[in-house]
Amino acid sequence: MARLELSNLSKSYGSSQVLHDIDLVVADGELVVLVGPSGCGKSTLLRMICGLEDITEGEMRIDGERVNDLPPARRGIAMVFQSYALYPHMTVRANMAFGLKIHGADKAQRAARVLAAAKALHIDHLLDRRPRELSGGQRQRVAIGRAIVREPRLFLFDEPLSNLDAALRVKTRIELARLHRELAATMVYVTHDQVEAMTLGDRIVVMHEGRIQQAGTPLELYEHPANRFVASFIGSPTLNLVPATTQACSSAGARLEVHAGCVVDVAVDGASLLPGQAVEIGIRPEHLRVADGNMSAAGIRFGGEITLIEQLGESHLVYLRCADGLELVSRASGHTRLRVGDRIALEADPGTLHVFDARGAACVRRR
Amino acid sequence: MSRHPIRASALGRSALVHLTLGGYCLLVLCPILLVLLNSFKSRAGIFDDPLGLPTTATLSLAGYGKVLGDAAVGHMFVNSAIVTGVSLAAILLLGAMAAWALTEYGFFGNRLLALFLAFGIMVPIRLGSVAILQEMVALDLVNTLTALVLVYIAQGLPLAVMILSEFVGQVPQELKDAARCDGVGEYRIFFQVVLPLIRPAVATVAVFTMVPIWNDLWFPLILAPSEQTQTITLGVQQFVGQFATDWNAVLAALSLAVLPILVLYAVFSRQLIRGITAGAVK
Repeated sequence: MARLELSNLSKSYGSSQVLHDIDLVVADGELVVLVGPSGCGKSTLLRMICGLEDITEGEMRIDGERVNDLPPARRGIAMVFQSYALYPHMTVRANMAFGLKIHGADKAQRAARVLAAAKALHIDHLLDRRPRELSGGQRQRVAIGRAIVREPRLFLFDEPLSNLDAALRVKTRIELARLHRELAATMVYVTHDQVEAMTLGDRIVVMHEGRIQQAGTPLELYEHPANRFVASFIGSPTLNLVPATTQACSSAGARLEVHAGCVVDVAVDGASLLPGQAVEIGIRPEHLRVADGNMSAAGIRFGGEITLIEQLGESHLVYLRCADGLELVSRASGHTRLRVGDRIALEADPGTLHVFDARGAACVRRR
Repeated sequence: MSRHPIRASALGRSALVHLTLGGYCLLVLCPILLVLLNSFKSRAGIFDDPLGLPTTATLSLAGYGKVLGDAAVGHMFVNSAIVTGVSLAAILLLGAMAAWALTEYGFFGNRLLALFLAFGIMVPIRLGSVAILQEMVALDLVNTLTALVLVYIAQGLPLAVMILSEFVGQVPQELKDAARCDGVGEYRIFFQVVLPLIRPAVATVAVFTMVPIWNDLWFPLILAPSEQTQTITLGVQQFVGQFATDWNAVLAALSLAVLPILVLYAVFSRQLIRGITAGAVK
């Protein structure tokens, strides 16, 4: 297996630059998920790694070997496409063996490798069918099987689950995680679905407008987002942003005035902030709870009217509109007896808050 | 009850469509039928009652006997087959490859080349007959089948490239990417991935290309009129004399000349219909 290194990778189409200075190392056996909204450049980056797009600037190495100018096959890479891209006129067996045949593997070896991969993916009974006779999930497995038989150094996945229905997506996701463990293969996985990213990735790379916003483990991204974009992108529903003003700040903490009479001390590195500055507080919906009257003095509290309640069974969402127009959403487990139109207060502990400066960068949280 | 008038009008429209198409069909088929009927009649039968069916009195296979007994006619068939077959194969192969190159690769002059080929569709090749003849004389290719093959390739390529480009463009990008990831070379991608997928289109082009070549009288007449190189379409003329025409032989030869085209059409037709309706019906 392989270690992938990208240094200062850039991509331009004519005068428009779509990727800026991408630096990323994918360790041997690691599964890295590239995630971001559509148009953020994640698919372009994947295609560059694959060799389907030229690298405008920068360097790409696999196991220390520079592969910028190698064609896809010589990089030892296999890719699974969103549409599966199975050859429609070939049987499943021929689809999986096609790459091997091109590389001159002999017939017995081809048959053995195809059968082994097919068995691992539970598609050995489908080998003589054509792609159009298969269901979406089966096609997906064939596409993965086609990648496996080539025994590549690096697997690339381009939104492989987005054409599957919800139930199958969850199932296939679990299988992919299992497959990754069994193969101990280096994988790069592109998705726009943050749940897929959180559950599959050893590490997640959040991209936006052609730049890496942050790379880290799922929990790092959740607990310590580098900026407002990452904080909003990770977590569902998206985190609440509340405007506030700094009163005092130091490297040990910041005292913020949220609205008249509500001042909160947050344990973040406030060294870069100045008193009297406008900042934003980020509160995850699961950290906002309905106040029961005897709240701690240190907390932060918002009163308002419920505009919508969503019962999800195992949890429920409460949408609140405050008197000053601020909209908040809170999530709690179980059911609720609250009704639309009820006047309640939501509160959060200062330890759960994120603080973003005017440019959107996060203040480092004290652990 | 309220749906009744709608159904009636739909029925009326469908009847009108079928009437129009049926009428056109009749118009096209009548001359062919006439040729076929009269080829089985004696000379007297042809002139006495040109539209009648062959009766016991008029039935005669004299024309077929004469045509099939003539060794030269067999030779003409072979000539026609060679010219049509070789031209067709070359047009399909080169046309598909050119279509692939023009749609897949962005190279300098790509648009210009496509425009140049489109020009070939707009301007009939016969306008260049004099220049073509001069060229063939200069190349010493007059009275060879090569001359005909070359001209027919030039005649058929523009339309072939145009139609096939449209279909090559519909082959999903990810399929080509997948093949490249598999390490498949560009020629192999073309022959083993793209070509099988555009087979219906190739059959369509084959039919549209084949018929005019087989039926052509003009270029065989000016480029290869010798005994050795006559095609069947040209050769039939030998039975048409200045003073007396051997109608039995002419009609029999014409009837026979239609056969190979009919067979090839039957071979291609299943694919042809898929080719014409592809994209229109999804």
